[in-house]
Amino acid sequence: MVQQDPEPAGDPVLEVAGVNKSFAGVHALRDVHFALRPAEVHALIGENGAGKSTLIKVMTGVYRPDAGTVRLAGRARDFRNPLEAQAAGISTIYQEVNLVPLMSVARNLHLGREPRRFGLVDVARMNRQATEVLGRYGVHVDVTRPLRSLGLGAQQMVALARAVQVDARVVIMDEPTSSLEPREVETLFSVIRSLKEQGIAVVYVSHRLDELYAICDRVTVMRDGAVVHTGPIAELQRLRLVSLMLGREMATVREKGTTAFDADRHNRQEGRPALRATGLTVRHRLHGVSLDVHPGEVVGLGGLLGAGRSETAKAIVGALATEEGEVEVEGRPLHRRSPAAAIRAGVVMLPEDRKIEGIIPNLSVRENISLAALPRLSRAGLVSQAKQDEVVRFFMDRLRIKASGPDQKVSDLSGGNQQKVLLARWLCLNPKVLLLDEPTRGIDVGAKAEVQALIDELAGEGLGVLLISSDLEELIEGSDRVVILKDGSVVGHLAGEDVTEEGLLDALATAPEDPAEEPAAGTVGDSSAEPGPAQQAAGATDPAGPQGPAPVKENQR
Amino acid sequence: MTSLTWSGPVADRARLLRMLQEYGVYAALVVLFLVAVGLDTSFVEMSNIRVQLFQVAPTLLVALGMALVIGTEGIDLSVGAVIALAASVVPLYAGYGLGGVIAAALLLGAASGAIGGAMVAFARIQPIVATLSLMIGVRGLAEIINGNSAKPVTQSGILDLGSRNIASLPEMAWIAAACALLTGLLVRRTTFGRHLVAVGDNRQASRLSGLPVRRVLMTVYMISGVLAALAGVLIVGHGAEADPANQGLNMELDAITAVVVGGTPLSGGRVRVLGTVAGALFMQLITAVLTQHNVHTSYTQIVEAAIICFAVYASQERGTR
Repeated sequence: MVQQDPEPAGDPVLEVAGVNKSFAGVHALRDVHFALRPAEVHALIGENGAGKSTLIKVMTGVYRPDAGTVRLAGRARDFRNPLEAQAAGISTIYQEVNLVPLMSVARNLHLGREPRRFGLVDVARMNRQATEVLGRYGVHVDVTRPLRSLGLGAQQMVALARAVQVDARVVIMDEPTSSLEPREVETLFSVIRSLKEQGIAVVYVSHRLDELYAICDRVTVMRDGAVVHTGPIAELQRLRLVSLMLGREMATVREKGTTAFDADRHNRQEGRPALRATGLTVRHRLHGVSLDVHPGEVVGLGGLLGAGRSETAKAIVGALATEEGEVEVEGRPLHRRSPAAAIRAGVVMLPEDRKIEGIIPNLSVRENISLAALPRLSRAGLVSQAKQDEVVRFFMDRLRIKASGPDQKVSDLSGGNQQKVLLARWLCLNPKVLLLDEPTRGIDVGAKAEVQALIDELAGEGLGVLLISSDLEELIEGSDRVVILKDGSVVGHLAGEDVTEEGLLDALATAPEDPAEEPAAGTVGDSSAEPGPAQQAAGATDPAGPQGPAPVKENQR
Repeated sequence: MTSLTWSGPVADRARLLRMLQEYGVYAALVVLFLVAVGLDTSFVEMSNIRVQLFQVAPTLLVALGMALVIGTEGIDLSVGAVIALAASVVPLYAGYGLGGVIAAALLLGAASGAIGGAMVAFARIQPIVATLSLMIGVRGLAEIINGNSAKPVTQSGILDLGSRNIASLPEMAWIAAACALLTGLLVRRTTFGRHLVAVGDNRQASRLSGLPVRRVLMTVYMISGVLAALAGVLIVGHGAEADPANQGLNMELDAITAVVVGGTPLSGGRVRVLGTVAGALFMQLITAVLTQHNVHTSYTQIVEAAIICFAVYASQERGTR
């Protein structure tokens, strides 16, 4: 299954060999081999839970592997903490900027390595150096201002500059562009190219395929804790890349593992849609997403990680503030946008993260089920125990919730039963539209089949269902139609016969990019007409090379 | 059946710890009472019991409101100042009779709570900061209203409130007991009470479940303000003077202590009303016993500190899952 790299490996600067890592008996990494050559940009990709983060954490000393070795420049190393890895030359830039927001930009850049004079921090020299260094990255800001006054993109550049300053031989970037503007992405790319010229190897983690093809030399694809492909990225077609990531061969749809879905049971009603969302826009996340769900149908929401699926669901129920866009329920527009208003209108959402957004951990099964329905089970503010018991007993039977009794604490239940409790919380409100965000993630096979059968049944009873699932099989077999999202925009629809894995993969791989997000490789020189003073001072050591990077604008707050 | 591991004592220890968390404060209260009686049988005399109840009643009232606020993962430091504010308006409204005094005081308490609640619920200021600023401002306001010196209160209705007995127990204690009962019902049986606990346990999930999170927070701080104001009127009635510069000082800390000793976790999501009652009584009794046996106040404080530490330690959820 593992496709080996045809080229001889050369002398990798960082090599991970036969690494295993498991948490509480669950394999996060299985016999992972990963080799990073000097001066290459190596893409590391995979869906959620594929093991990318765990692998990065093993390489940077956050985790120690259960078996296998990490070799840096040919020497086996056993990093006990991130500091040791950093000292050895492995720098990491995380998705979230890990700096001190209230300290000055210069201080952040030199944190732990401040230039000293007479034992005290030489502030003047520090600020001068910081201005110079940042200028090379196209960041022209007052370095004495607190870091948090900069825009996210500029903060990211400071983090990057800091990472490279520490004599890095390897720089690991975990989704560095997720908070960047397109112009800032260009600057980042030019910095990456100059790192390459200096012989520094870069591990680049991103879900944006265009970026990978624009900047990376080789790619490693991970799935279920194992490496499934390594090779030059130019030789790998997009379609193939997507199918590797999702574990679906184009030609052969696997026989086994079919879901409990049966689309014939759905009962789609034409005419007025139960839910219609138009032009939902959330800054940086959604760009005019529109969709409708009819009573009795299951509409799937397809897309890769970060495409904006959960955001769409949250924007619909008002849990995420939208800049633009309208939501209609059975033809009536929702004026106030809040979860409470959506619930009153009959639109409910099963959140993706059960623990953080779903259960009330210290309350009982009874209280968790009846939570949203309490006002309906009360008279004059007093909860009617009899009504509450009736509803709870009905749903515990109906959904076969396995608990020692209604008074058991919900956090003691298994994931599948917690999910059923949350479903019950919504079903007892008698909703019109059900938004399900990863309803079967992290629950066992039996419960999964039960939940899937339940979705069918609900659609059969005339509910409109919007289904989000990273499980391709579930999405395809459960949905009557699929709306495909990419980078926060709707890029395609599948209906009827076209709702197949091939159709979906095809749409995911070939969908056009949002032009605003296009990182326009090769046009970096655009901004060379406006070089900053520090850039000129940097002279020959300028890592951005002769082409000046696009300046990162300061975000005035 | 032979087994390689012996689970007996281990399981028992976990159970013991759980029992200690659940019922420890009641057991401690009983033991302390028995010890107090053993040391000096006059402790059970009615006169002494009345004195203890007079002293514990205002603390308990404030602690009940505090328990609700802590249940939402908040804290209310302004309660001591609200007592002073309530005290400062008693002389002003004494002419309107008991009803007028109570109405004015409770209204001000509710208003102060509404300001604190609004800061927490709408401006999203951390509860400790919001109520700290309120504490400083409200006490200043109380001193402005009252002027510099303590004012004597002579209106008989108010004095009766602080000194009268019903069925040979202080009226103040009955009022506090009634409030405790109502608070217990509020938490257990009403929609509001269940919402309160859910908001404290997982605010994000509560919001996504459509609960009126802001309204719950507002109401909780208002209830806390009203209870503190009621305590303020009782304190004035009992002491026969209004002295906003001194009344209610450190009361917020006594209330937090009672709540914590009673086993309500500061992390929210749980309100133990009966535990709070026991916690308030326990702290009152331990101070009384030590004082009656001529232990110096400084040592009493150290003992109290040790009890608080132990209570928090014992109520911590251990990583057993």
